[in-house]
Amino acid sequence: MAPEPPLLTMSGITKSFPGVRALDGVDLEVQAGEVHCLLGQNGAGKSTLIKVLAGAHQPDDGEITWRGEAVRLKSPIAAMRLGIATIYQELDLVEGLSVAENVFLGHEPTSAGFIVRTGEGRLAAKALLARLGHPEIDPARAVGDLSAAQQQIVSMARALSHDVRLIVMDEPSAALDPDEVDNLFRIVDSLTADGVAVVYISHRLEEIRRIGDRVTVLKDGRAVAVGLPAADTPTRDIVAMMTGRDVEYVFPPRPDEASENITEPVLRVQGLSRKGEFAPVDLELRPGEIVGLAGLVGSGRSEILETIYGARKATTGTVTVAGKQLRPGSVRAAVAAGIGLAPEERKAQALLMTESVTRNVSVSSLSRFARVGWIDRGGERRAAQQATRELSLRPDNPDTPVRTLSGGNQQKAVLARWLLRGCRVLLLDEPTRGVDVGARAELYAVIRRLADEGLAVLLVSSEVPEVLGLADRVLVLREGHVVHAAPAQELDEHRVLDLVMEGSPTP
Amino acid sequence: MTQPAPSAQHNGPDKGALAGPSDAPPSKTGGGRPALGLRLDVRILSLLGVLAALILVGGITEPDSFLDTGNLQLILTQASVIGVVTVGMTFVIISGGIDLSVGAMVALASVWATTLATQEYGFAGIAFTAVVVGLAAGLVNGVLIAYGGMVPFIATLAMLASARGLALQITDGKTQIVTVDSVLNLGLPDSYFLGIPPLVIMFAAVTVIGWLVLNRTTFGRRTVAVGGNAEAARLAGIDVRRQRLYLYLLSGLCCGIAAFMLIVLAGSGQNTNGNLYELDAIAAAIIGGTLLSGGRGTIVGSVLGVLIFTTITNIFALNNLQSDVQQIAKGAIIVAAVLVQRRTLRGGET
Repeated sequence: MAPEPPLLTMSGITKSFPGVRALDGVDLEVQAGEVHCLLGQNGAGKSTLIKVLAGAHQPDDGEITWRGEAVRLKSPIAAMRLGIATIYQELDLVEGLSVAENVFLGHEPTSAGFIVRTGEGRLAAKALLARLGHPEIDPARAVGDLSAAQQQIVSMARALSHDVRLIVMDEPSAALDPDEVDNLFRIVDSLTADGVAVVYISHRLEEIRRIGDRVTVLKDGRAVAVGLPAADTPTRDIVAMMTGRDVEYVFPPRPDEASENITEPVLRVQGLSRKGEFAPVDLELRPGEIVGLAGLVGSGRSEILETIYGARKATTGTVTVAGKQLRPGSVRAAVAAGIGLAPEERKAQALLMTESVTRNVSVSSLSRFARVGWIDRGGERRAAQQATRELSLRPDNPDTPVRTLSGGNQQKAVLARWLLRGCRVLLLDEPTRGVDVGARAELYAVIRRLADEGLAVLLVSSEVPEVLGLADRVLVLREGHVVHAAPAQELDEHRVLDLVMEGSPTP
Repeated sequence: MTQPAPSAQHNGPDKGALAGPSDAPPSKTGGGRPALGLRLDVRILSLLGVLAALILVGGITEPDSFLDTGNLQLILTQASVIGVVTVGMTFVIISGGIDLSVGAMVALASVWATTLATQEYGFAGIAFTAVVVGLAAGLVNGVLIAYGGMVPFIATLAMLASARGLALQITDGKTQIVTVDSVLNLGLPDSYFLGIPPLVIMFAAVTVIGWLVLNRTTFGRRTVAVGGNAEAARLAGIDVRRQRLYLYLLSGLCCGIAAFMLIVLAGSGQNTNGNLYELDAIAAAIIGGTLLSGGRGTIVGSVLGVLIFTTITNIFALNNLQSDVQQIAKGAIIVAAVLVQRRTLRGGET
């Protein structure tokens, strides 16, 4: 008997976005009835790859073969017609519609082509939900009333309502409790028993061991390993494949350690927690020190930063700056005390995109340039220019609209804002996201220089080498808990990745 | 430290905004360094062009009556009341909000300021009451929106309904004639200053002050920041809620001033005053280039929008065209203006 062709073959898939080559010739091969795991760090290209597979992105180059025939996935509908369904991490359900309506959205059972046969839809939805092990979900209920886990089931029911042969699941376990994860695995098992293939994306190695058949590892837009056996490839090898990199970052040298412990901490965080997001955290930041928080998406790292900043209200605990305790949940109190935040989503959370560099830099220090509300625009512009020059922001023109700047220079505009404000504690959330590799080294140098000038810096990054290279001390987070704390020199990338993924600190 | 020269040059084309008004450069604030702080961007120029064309049309179709001094004074006077409301509305829309209650606030302030009891206090009583009632209604809007977390559309819609109801209750549907001469005199030609009616001077003053506040003060800067990106403004340490409160207070204040002007103009207070002002003010702001989603807008544009609408109404009336035709023309202008806006926006933001 001739070997059956693979269900799906993707070869040489290339996809570029302005400034980034997200996929650089990726190969993927999926057999019918297998669970194929996709691994990779943030930014490795997993999301882009599954979007290509879902028809949401068009590849620049490369071939896709489906059941032995070359195909083009022109649109999400084209992919769906072939039998490819994608369950995104951000579920794409309409909260105001019922379960049944969501399941059959876009292909409702109808009479005369337009009258929706509600009863039939509900029965069919009921059957699908039962097949997924959740007969208790009422098809008539509004999806918005369901829990996250139930919504995910609805999303899967929608996938199964098509004649599906391949389901892509993007971190399906991220929002689930342990028993819900067990149910998820049962569903995956029953799907594969029916010959459906599953492409499973997860950060959790133990899950991959449990249900995966084969593993493809992505790194920097390339597949570094295709079709490894999931059960017996050593963790160390997988981690090594995920992390080994071609680009070496250049980090500025750390100052002598001796000078650090003399100074009093400027920021003291005690027992700070937020229900459902992170367990009580203690940390101290001294002037001139960079402390890094390492952890995966959802580990609570950004939440900790935003809670210190008052953008989220702490459930318990206190934040003290230079001996003064801050009013919880007040950004203004934090800013007044000298804390500045460069948030993760620069465009959405920090920048006024249509405004000039000057106005973006001065927005937190407006009253300094104002007399009875009247702005001294000359002084404002000069001060903004001085701050941006100190950070070598290019172009050296404070009237440039900030949206025309590169990612690195936009980040410098945000840093200049806090430099101008004269802050003492700088919270950096993914400072190099969307910044070209070439511009990163310069940004690292800027951050280190600010620290050398007496700023205390708290750094969050999903790129472990960045945390290790830039920070003096590192706290490792896993699912809202600090699982390890150590000077950066005592850690290496494999160790940190082991910690964030397995979560068992070996003493 | 690396390659400053090429990147500085790279910025060159963007600075050439003034050079080619025809190819729709981005007309956002801060795009180029303005000489006098006055940016004559494409949109303002095109609005001026439309206004000039309208004046031409008026002058050709009705050469005698349109260009008559009295008629021009009338156009400006009519534009004044809605113009003051529009200045307040422009601030609110730039901040990403909307105030549907302006017409109702004008009505309420105008009837409250013209009750017999208020009129006993003469000029000061009427002016003071109109402004205070406007501020009070604006305060309610502002508190509901900024601290009650209500959507501006809903909160001001509720204010629209209740303020109109309250106005009807106060007047019982009757017209309240004003008998205070000092107020009425403001509307008479005797009090014109160099041929300019006092109401027009008030409108001009509100416009200038509004322009200065928007472009030269922290209040204006915060308004644009809140409208452009409320989350970024909050994380930059701006008190977004207080700013929103102030903005609806400002809109209420403008309505109070407009109510006083309307009392002068009509010589009475009526609960039907200011009918549909909200739509006229929003439309004027929109064709003036204010983005309904917030973050961008100009006082000059809004005022030109008001003048364009008022001039159209006047020309149509002089040509004995019915108001239905006027309405259709207004609708067409709004559509045309927004389509042009979309084009310039797309050209400006890629």
